[in-house]
Amino acid sequence: MSSFTPIKEIDEEPIVDPSLDFNKVTELVAAPIESAKPPREWLMAFGVALALLGVLGASIGYLVTFGIGTWGNNNTVGWAWDITNFVFWIGIGHAGTLISAVLFLFRQKWRTSINRFAEAMTIFAVVCALMFPTIHVGRIWVIWWCLPLPNQMSMWPNFKSPLLWDVFAVSTYGTVSLIFWLTGLIPDFATIRDRTKNKIAKIAYGIVSLGWRGSNRHWQHYERAYLIFAGISTPLVLSVHSVVSFDFATSVIPGWHTTIFPPYFVAGAIFSGFGMVMTLMVLARELFGLHKIVQPRHLENMNKVILLTGSMVGYAYMMEFFIAWYSGSEYERFTFINRAFGPYAWAYWTMISCNVLSPQLFWFKKLRTNVKVSFVISIFVNIGMWFERFVITVTSLHRDYLPSSWNYFRPTIIDIGTFVGSFGLFFTLFLLFLRFIPMIAIAEVKAVLPAADPHHGAHDHDHGHAHEGAAEGHPVPAE
Amino acid sequence: MSESTPTTKTVEKTAGLLAEYETPAAIFKACERVRDAGYTKWDAHTPFPVHGLDDAMGLKPTPLGWISFAGGLTGGSLAVLMQWWMNAYDYALNIGGKPYFALPAVVPVTFELTILLTAFATIFGMLGINKLPTLYHWTFNGSRFGRVTDDRFFISIEADDPKFNLDATKRLLEKTEPVHLEEVKEIFVERKPLNLEGAADAFEALTGVSAPFDKKTAKKDGDEA
Repeated sequence: MSSFTPIKEIDEEPIVDPSLDFNKVTELVAAPIESAKPPREWLMAFGVALALLGVLGASIGYLVTFGIGTWGNNNTVGWAWDITNFVFWIGIGHAGTLISAVLFLFRQKWRTSINRFAEAMTIFAVVCALMFPTIHVGRIWVIWWCLPLPNQMSMWPNFKSPLLWDVFAVSTYGTVSLIFWLTGLIPDFATIRDRTKNKIAKIAYGIVSLGWRGSNRHWQHYERAYLIFAGISTPLVLSVHSVVSFDFATSVIPGWHTTIFPPYFVAGAIFSGFGMVMTLMVLARELFGLHKIVQPRHLENMNKVILLTGSMVGYAYMMEFFIAWYSGSEYERFTFINRAFGPYAWAYWTMISCNVLSPQLFWFKKLRTNVKVSFVISIFVNIGMWFERFVITVTSLHRDYLPSSWNYFRPTIIDIGTFVGSFGLFFTLFLLFLRFIPMIAIAEVKAVLPAADPHHGAHDHDHGHAHEGAAEGHPVPAE
Repeated sequence: MSESTPTTKTVEKTAGLLAEYETPAAIFKACERVRDAGYTKWDAHTPFPVHGLDDAMGLKPTPLGWISFAGGLTGGSLAVLMQWWMNAYDYALNIGGKPYFALPAVVPVTFELTILLTAFATIFGMLGINKLPTLYHWTFNGSRFGRVTDDRFFISIEADDPKFNLDATKRLLEKTEPVHLEEVKEIFVERKPLNLEGAADAFEALTGVSAPFDKKTAKKDGDEA
């Protein structure tokens, strides 16, 4: 978390607007929490989100009462929207950890403007994701058999099953992301505590900030903890979607049984996560006037990641086809030809145009720095990545080895209600976050301002030499 | 319970000195001075971690990495042990004739639990070393200390420090050119030992056993009794 001074010689731009000082950062970020009333748009969105949350509750209630038969799943297509939605949400979660952990290790200081936001999104997406495998077991009241807890059967879970690996991977991911996020929030909660005039808010923020007093003796251990979290979250985020892909890859279904799945799923997850961060960031930035902190530079950087991971996903699609042909397995060949030209061709080509074609527009600087274009493409990415999971899950299953079992999956109203309702859950949590929790990491943004460098004044704004000072007398501590 | 004198009495004491600075550079230099003067119970307070301040304060490196490492080792070994014990020993599960215990199959869960316990060790280790949550601290009594989470930088020296001397310490801090220097008071509530005679009598009357605490006065740590 060291300061950032742009190097003039190579036309580097400052991370946040140069007019910002420490106090202005606090004011800007605290404003949405401290305003007496939320913006009208927020209230309207919150109403819609609550209504959708109600739809989710009704759908799940109906499902638990009447069973999995209320979904469109059939004998041949045993996994459909439930798993599609699970993978969709867990993928969205990946951007948060990538931004908070991987970009931290690579010292990408621009991440400070968007990491809090993306991490919150991660946690809420993981909540939505965890819901789907939980409800799809049918007998939801014995879901705890997934955990290694003593039970009346004296049996333990089967640790050779990738589905159980998934339980551990996703719950660990959710827990670690939550701890990481809350750790980052401690100093910012303290900021709100010290500013608020409201008595109840003062007590509430006082408790969650744990009595933080900005002590440097605390910062020392805090920063090390942050570094360790980043260090362990990096392999974790790469492992989660790999384990999710094992659910498919360790089976013997044509179209699933491939070794390309782990890296291909991870790239897709980052792709979809950045898509969702972009969608939400553009909206929140407009709604709460955060243009000075979230600058076009941040959006451009995210678009570059979208372009890169989108191209990786496109490469994986091509490679799947090549391997299907190269393997010589007639089942593999049939599956892929069927994917592109069979009954679900409409889904396949939706996926290709959203995921592979639309991000290619970001090769043009004009387009990737345009907020409106970024927003539209991010929506396409969200749609495309949902279809990717649908295509993988359903097209591989609906044509079984026996043609007599061939079937076609159609969602029921309960399927649709659960999926649409999961957005209600996500946005309810997200809107509450925007209203009550600092949506930008205040302390981290301050730390990258040029003025945060203790040698800033000493060298009289000589930017070129600012970091040399740190190297001379005062070794840089771990960030 | 015949006693009617108040059981508490308030005392005001000097808790320490708070010096306020406007820039990271100013507090950096001030910290070096306080460090060189040999104080031990003092601290710097900043809105964000300031580069190099650990050295300017003369802090020892953090041991947190070792705690996390121990957590990770525990998580990894417990995970392997658990999977072997559950699937190969306590209730051996034959899944398609595969070995009861094979390393490749236990890798994912072992990895996840290593990470999970590292995370727990890190967060609880960090909070433990920092003694958080500590909801009250004397620095919060400083009239301008609220800005420490906004845009100001503070040095606090505790009155408990062996080198602390109100005038001398004040002079030292004045030399570091703070924008504001404040003596922070703290109000202590001194409580007289609780008189439990009545409670003891009632206890004996009800149970017929002599009360398990001192009749006249409870001990210092027996206040909750």
